[in-house]
Amino acid sequence: MRATGAAVEGAAGSRRAEGAAALAIAQARRWYWQRISAMVLAICVLAHLAVILYAVRGGLSAAEILGRTRGNWAFAAFYTVFVVASAVHVPVGIANIAREWAGVGERAGVWLGRAVALLVLAMGLRAVVAVVA
Amino acid sequence: MADALTVRVWRGKREGGFSRYQVPRLASQTVLDVVTHIQRHLEPSLSYRFACRVGMCGSCAMTVNGVARWTCRTHVAKVVGSNGELEIAPLANLPVIKDLATDMREFFDKWARGKGRFHGSRTRHDAFATVQPTSPERVAADAGIECIGCGVCYASCDVVAWRPEFLGPAALNRSWTLVNDVRDVQQSERLRAVAGDAGCHACHTQGSCTERCPKQIAPTLGIAGLKRRVARAAVRGELKP
Repeated sequence: MRATGAAVEGAAGSRRAEGAAALAIAQARRWYWQRISAMVLAICVLAHLAVILYAVRGGLSAAEILGRTRGNWAFAAFYTVFVVASAVHVPVGIANIAREWAGVGERAGVWLGRAVALLVLAMGLRAVVAVVA
Repeated sequence: MADALTVRVWRGKREGGFSRYQVPRLASQTVLDVVTHIQRHLEPSLSYRFACRVGMCGSCAMTVNGVARWTCRTHVAKVVGSNGELEIAPLANLPVIKDLATDMREFFDKWARGKGRFHGSRTRHDAFATVQPTSPERVAADAGIECIGCGVCYASCDVVAWRPEFLGPAALNRSWTLVNDVRDVQQSERLRAVAGDAGCHACHTQGSCTERCPKQIAPTLGIAGLKRRVARAAVRGELKP
């Protein structure tokens, strides 16, 4: 009986270890995605600033901007990448902030991050469609 | 130099308060000298911890005017406030046993959790392993190996305060030196132990540990190295138990 008990305990222990390892791998992966998206964002932000400087050269009017962006597929592609990179990057940071500053639990933080990412994605893509289409 | 120093010293455990003492000011006086003077002449029941007095043992770290420091090698002249006062408190992020003595158990348990123990494969009957002093691994290990376990980095780390399960800079620095030990045979287990938010990935690279380490070690650099190694191991599928 004792041997069986030890075996059961051993199995539970190894399941716990597997669970802990899976969580650690998921967290490491989230960190990795945050870093990769940060690299993309670094380039996007620089290009975005350049675009802003270029766009306001001759004064800022909606008609002038829409004239440039309507039907411009390169513009659409660039800002779609920008929005997607933001949506990948944001949830990891939100989850960390929720966890560390607001004392939110691990799972709740991750879901909160995902919800905010979805919002960023929806609003960002809507904006891209609005100026291109 | 003023003749006397006003020193506020923490008395109690987690709950407690600062008591005020007047200590004679001396040339080349260290903060540990001040604490020792208080205990020997003014407050015999004051508890604190020290051993070597020369910056080797890592037992005398305290919070001095809000900053974690090794007290035996911190001159009063360097840290005294413009009002001529010193405030001495126990290290942060650790339970206080009494007055200035903290419970270091959790701190060192985390070294064990980060697989901070060497495991080799050779016996005394085998020849010595040859490690080139100029090899990148040896150089990386050398950079972190002089840690005296004083806990200054751990007390200075905001992530430790926010995430009690975070291993902390000292334990991760120890893991990093062993990750670079080519003789060690527990590498996958170690990378698994330091992966995730309890390990290296929670570090925000704020660098308080590196700034305050009295031995000029850069745990931030080691933690960044661990993140890279874990990423590489994860891509290769070496992290699954």
